Amino acid sequence: MSNQITIDTETQCYHCGDDLPVSPYLLDDKPFCCLGCKGVYQILSSHNLCNYYAYNDVPGQSQKLPSKHFEYLDEPTILADLIDYTDEKVTVITLYIPAIHCSSCIWLLENLHKIQPSVVQSRIDFLKKQVAITFKNDETSLRKVVETLVSVGYEPLISLQDVVKKQKSDHSERKLIAKIAVAGFCFGNVMLLSFPDYFGLSNLEQEFKTFFGWLNLAFSLPVVFYSGRDYFTSAYLNLKNKVLNLDFPLALGIAVMFIRSIAEISTNSGAGFVDTLCGLVFFLLIGKWMQQRTYHHLSFERDYRSYFPVAVTIITNGKEKPAPLSELELGQRILIRSNEIIPADAILLKGEAEIDFSFVTGESQPVKKTYGEIVYAGGRQLSGAIELEVVKPVSQSYLTRLWNNEAFFSQKDRIKTFSDTASKYFSIALLVVALSAAGFWMLYGESSKAVASFTAVLIIACPCALALSSPFTLAAVLSIFDKNKFYLKSTAVVEELARIDTFVFDKTGTITNPEAAGFSFNGTIGDEEQQLVSDLARNSGHPLSRELVKWLKMSPKYPTDQYQEKIGRGLSGIVHGRHVKLGSASFVGIKTLNKPLATTVYIVIDDVHLGFFSSALQWRTGFKDLIFKLGKRADLHLLSGDQDGDKQSLTPFFPGTRQMHFGQSPQNKLDYIQVLQSQNRKVLMFGDGLNDAGALKQSNLGVAVTDNINNFSPDCDAILDGTSFHKFPLFIQQAKDAVRVIHMSFIISLTYNFIGLFFAVQGILSPLIAAILMPVSTITIILFTSISARLYARKNNLL
Amino acid sequence: MNMIYFLIGCSILLALIFLAAFFWASRTGQHDDTYTPAVRILFDDETTGTDPEQKSDEDHV
Repeated sequence: MSNQITIDTETQCYHCGDDLPVSPYLLDDKPFCCLGCKGVYQILSSHNLCNYYAYNDVPGQSQKLPSKHFEYLDEPTILADLIDYTDEKVTVITLYIPAIHCSSCIWLLENLHKIQPSVVQSRIDFLKKQVAITFKNDETSLRKVVETLVSVGYEPLISLQDVVKKQKSDHSERKLIAKIAVAGFCFGNVMLLSFPDYFGLSNLEQEFKTFFGWLNLAFSLPVVFYSGRDYFTSAYLNLKNKVLNLDFPLALGIAVMFIRSIAEISTNSGAGFVDTLCGLVFFLLIGKWMQQRTYHHLSFERDYRSYFPVAVTIITNGKEKPAPLSELELGQRILIRSNEIIPADAILLKGEAEIDFSFVTGESQPVKKTYGEIVYAGGRQLSGAIELEVVKPVSQSYLTRLWNNEAFFSQKDRIKTFSDTASKYFSIALLVVALSAAGFWMLYGESSKAVASFTAVLIIACPCALALSSPFTLAAVLSIFDKNKFYLKSTAVVEELARIDTFVFDKTGTITNPEAAGFSFNGTIGDEEQQLVSDLARNSGHPLSRELVKWLKMSPKYPTDQYQEKIGRGLSGIVHGRHVKLGSASFVGIKTLNKPLATTVYIVIDDVHLGFFSSALQWRTGFKDLIFKLGKRADLHLLSGDQDGDKQSLTPFFPGTRQMHFGQSPQNKLDYIQVLQSQNRKVLMFGDGLNDAGALKQSNLGVAVTDNINNFSPDCDAILDGTSFHKFPLFIQQAKDAVRVIHMSFIISLTYNFIGLFFAVQGILSPLIAAILMPVSTITIILFTSISARLYARKNNLL
Repeated sequence: MNMIYFLIGCSILLALIFLAAFFWASRTGQHDDTYTPAVRILFDDETTGTDPEQKSDEDHV
């Protein structure tokens, strides 16, 4: 019989909304779950900032995690890399704060000057989760400002790599927006000036015709030479590399339209195609903008540098001094405090090391190290401070060596999209039609008609709708995925997702749920007994006991007498007058028939056997279903850095032992993906830790699975929130449907092209037909793609 | 009919002013964050220490 333990959730922490412990902390009649939350409330109420709690219920974040040290922010060398601007009076810094999530956050952080008067101004960018703070140099320092932020529960994430990236990305988007604005401005004006001609001008008004024509030409200049410039350069570069992509017919179309318009207007023989030209560039740029939209709050290009700390504490002659990571040298002695990350391979010199390597090697249990042992970089020290001597430079350590692999230097091949392939044939067909139309009229000796039909074909077949079908479909899919917490790096990833035929899974943290250590209790146990078990287990440092305590969620109540711990076997003691034993079957004195698979903790209280807790790996929700669905049409592989302790429980999911590999180093994983790819497979890798970084990079599509998208995730093509893990088969179906939508919209836009070609080859294409056909086909495509992508999403239960 | 030249000139000038205004807004970063200002405007003005209920009593006769 399984007995789920329920906890009273009627009362919540006033600050963060977490469940309250048995004896909550109280202040002003308000309950708090921990001292941290209470402390934040205390600071806010003393500064008259309790409106924070008025705008939203429980706006805070749990303060149970210990905060970090910020001494390194006093170092001028580190400071220079972080701040945006400084002079004698003020300093401006932009900080990334993952905890920003509601309007209360905005209100509190913009009122920061009430807590720290030397802050002149603080502005939040909510979507980017950034705050720009201006503070007075002579009154405070960056360290104090950051510590103020930490004291109210908004710890900034300081990493050198992300800061650099931020400033680069902003610029290109602004430029594109400016180009769209210019094209839109010209398009609107040209439309107005072209209308009179289309509606017919009386003889009296003929003088306006030339005037409007020249004015139109003037408007087309910035469109061709400023907004549309990129198409020419891109077409030229592609031709030089002997690639035919969609930019070639686009550039050709723009150029021909421009030249023919000049010819017609200057000879007063026609109105030209200026309005079609401006509309074309305007719509194309909008499509480009749709394609380029990215997530500002997510970073897909992270390596170990953003996981590692910015600075490390170096001990020289008994003195502690923070220094930037780049200055760390061989033989230096470093101090690592509890919960800090070890930045380089080092030898343990002092203290008890208990290190969590789960992110680096995939090992799920913390590792104990003793004096003189080598500790690899990337591990997180769990308890107490330790001192180490660096034996390898940061970039050469066991973990970071992975980034010297060529996979990180060679640019990943650009994902080949359907529109790339189709546009090659399209361009060739277009040239053939244009030349044969011209040739046909030449044979009949009508050279003026030959020129007219040649240029008309290039104008009317200009693949505007074709170029827009992919961006609009994929952008719609991207926003659908976004609503389901699946974030793609770029639109091209959608098409790649539809082609995947091999899935590779990492184990720890990816298919197992790191938050919930899975315990289930077999037997009967009351609340009082659980309290006894929790109080006894609290005395032990064994990982299993600690996980058990965490899982039971009881606050300490009774002290333990006669506590005894037999390492690897169990614990015993007298709690509240009762004799409690927990541990292996032989330790508590029970005979069992068959050896259970997972780690089991038996409970005996006063010589009565109550049952056992079994700790099994907790798969992510829907994992079994996911494997079953994916396995039907694709190959599944498992690569784990952990030992093969869970092999048996995983065998039902992965066919044959050949496809399950344990004890894999980061390099092994990368090589394995390479082998699969050499068999012409399209490989998708699910990973979470730094040890998967190589494999994620090498695979055709690397998906980082994470429980908090703001946390560090390695370099990848897509970030998947752990809660949406089970939806993955739906995502693949949606990607396949998106490709189908693109195919259909290609057919639609080709139909429009054929209608236009009917007029063009005869040399009777009037500017009016072009001016109608181009926008109509464009709008059809935009409507069709965005509506049908959403209809498919509804069918796939993603909306 | 010469009026048309003048009117078209005016309309283009006006449009150019709007385009320039857009560029100015874009350059000064007004389009960078389109979400936060909408939230910011909704915050109440500061209650400067005094109880709002006491204040309303002063107006009573």
